[in-house]
Amino acid sequence: MNPRPHAALRVEQVSRTFPGMRGGAPTRALEPVSLDAPDNSFITILGPSGCGKSTLLRIVAGLDFPSLGRVTLDGQEVHGPGRDRGMVFQSYTLFPWLTVAENIGFGLRQKGMRAKERHEIVEAFVDKVGLRGFQNHYPKMLSGGMQQRTAIARALANDPRILLLDEPFGALDNQTRGLMQELLLGIWEADRKTVLFVTHDIEEAIFLGSRCVVMSARPGRIKADLAIDLPHPRHYTMKTSPDFMEMKARLVEEIRAEAIKAG
Amino acid sequence: MPRSSIETAPGERQAASPGAASSSPDIPAPATLSLARRTRRAMRPLQPVGPGMRVLLGIAFFAFFVALWSFATFGGFVSRTFLADPFTMVVEGWRLMTEFGFAYDIGMTVWRVLGGFILAAVLAVPLGIAMGAWKPIEAFFEPFVSFARYLPASAFIPLLILWAGIGETQKLLVIFIGSFFQIVLMVAVTVGGTRRDLVEAAYTLGATDTGIVRRVLIPSAAPQIAEILRLVLGWAWTYVIVAELIGSSSGIGHMIVDSQALLNTGQIIFGIIVIGVIGLVSDFAFKAANRALFPWSLS
Repeated sequence: MNPRPHAALRVEQVSRTFPGMRGGAPTRALEPVSLDAPDNSFITILGPSGCGKSTLLRIVAGLDFPSLGRVTLDGQEVHGPGRDRGMVFQSYTLFPWLTVAENIGFGLRQKGMRAKERHEIVEAFVDKVGLRGFQNHYPKMLSGGMQQRTAIARALANDPRILLLDEPFGALDNQTRGLMQELLLGIWEADRKTVLFVTHDIEEAIFLGSRCVVMSARPGRIKADLAIDLPHPRHYTMKTSPDFMEMKARLVEEIRAEAIKAG
Repeated sequence: MPRSSIETAPGERQAASPGAASSSPDIPAPATLSLARRTRRAMRPLQPVGPGMRVLLGIAFFAFFVALWSFATFGGFVSRTFLADPFTMVVEGWRLMTEFGFAYDIGMTVWRVLGGFILAAVLAVPLGIAMGAWKPIEAFFEPFVSFARYLPASAFIPLLILWAGIGETQKLLVIFIGSFFQIVLMVAVTVGGTRRDLVEAAYTLGATDTGIVRRVLIPSAAPQIAEILRLVLGWAWTYVIVAELIGSSSGIGHMIVDSQALLNTGQIIFGIIVIGVIGLVSDFAFKAANRALFPWSLS
C-alpha cells in the first residue's frame, strides 16, 4: 500500500484486540491494517464472516477504538462518532418513534437547522430513495428494503464527509438487494461521495466498488486491493459481462481460501 | 401450520402502496367450516382471537362468576351472615350511594390514589431515567432503591401515623412509598435496555450526549414507562385501601371497616366491586391513552 498524500480518510496501522473473556486469551480481531480512501472513491471491503471487516468500519465510524494505530479524516484524528462519518447498519436502526421524514431529518434537527430548510432537504432525499408517499409512515409499516432506503437517506441528508455502510443489504432478499445496489450506485454516480462499503457478497463488492479490498480470515488483514475498472454508469446487466465474470472468478479464489481457513 | 412463511415475510410488496399499512397475517376462516374444526383452529397455541369473540368471552366469565355466586347464596349453601347474595349487594350499594354519601368516600379514595401516585411518578420517572442513562448515578442509587422496594408500604402505616397523624398526608405517603421505588427501578431498567444500535446510529448522525438522552433514550422508553405507570397505579389501589382500613374517617376502605362492624357483607362486597370497576376503567383509560400517544409502538 502506498499512502497517497491527499487521501481524505487514512487508516494507519490500525489493529484491534478484544480482551479475553474470564481470563481466556485475548482475541485478535484485526491485524495492523492500513487503508487510504481518496475523495470520490467507492471502496468495498470484502471478506468472510468474522474477519474483522465490521470492526474496521466501526473503528472508522468512531464506535469502536483501535488497540494500536489511528484513523484520520482530513488530517484530524478520529476520537469518536461524528456527523462527518454517516453510517448505515445491517440491522434496521431507524428510530421507530419517528416517521420516515423525521428519521431522515434527525441529523439536521440535531444540528439545529430550522424546520423549513430541513423540510426541503428531507423532501429531496425522499425522492432520491423513492419513498414519496411514505414520508409519514412509521418504520414498522415499511418493508426491510424501504427501511434501509430510509437509513441511507438519513445518513446522506446529514451530508457526511464519507458514508460507511456495514452490510446494509445483508438481511434483504436477493431481488430487493439487487434493486438496492442499483439505487445506491445511482446516488453515488450522481454526487460521488466517498464510500466505504463492507460486504461478504462478491458480486456486490464488484458491482458497486471502484476499488475492492479483500480481507483475510480472522485475525483480519488486507489480503488484496484491486481496482475495479468497470465503466460507469453501471447497469445490472453488467453482472453477466465477461470482464465482470473474470473479476468475480478471481475474487472467488481469494475469498474461498480465506473462508476455508475461517472454517 | 400449513400457512407458508411467504405470506407473512416482510417483503417489498407488503407495503407496496401508501396507506397499505400492516396487512393482517390472518386468513379469514371460511364460513363453511364446521364448529368443531373452528374450535380446534381457535385453540391452537398462540392463535389470536377476534375482537368480537374476545369481548364475548370476557363478559361470559363475569356472567359465570355471578351465576356461581347466586347459586351459592340463593341456594342457601352459604350463610347470609358471611356472604350476601347479589341482589342484597345491589340494594345495599344503592343505599350506600343514596343514603350514606358513599360517592364522597369514592372521591376521597380516588383523590388519594391519584395524589400519591402522581407525586411518586413525577419524582420517580426522572430519577429512573437518570439512573438508566448514567451508570454512576445508577451505581449510587440502585442498591438502596432495590432494598427500599422490598419494604412493604403497609408496614410503614403505624410509623407514618406517628409522623404525619391520620390525615391526608399519611395516606399520600403510604401510596408514595409503595409506588416510588418500584417506578424508579423499572424505569431505570427500561431506559438502560435501550437498543444500543439506535444509540450508535444517533451518534453517527451527530447527536451529542444530551441529544442521546433527550432524543433516543427517552422517546424509545416512553411507551414502556407508560406501561410501568399503568401497572404501578394498580398496586397503588391496594395500598390506599390498606391505608384507609387503619385510622381513617373517609374512603372506600373506611366504609369497608365500618360495614364489617355491622356484619353488612353486602356493603363490603359493593365496596370491593367499586374498587374493581374503578381499576378496570382507569386501566382502559391508560391503555387508550398509550395507544393514542405511541401509535408507532403497537405490535
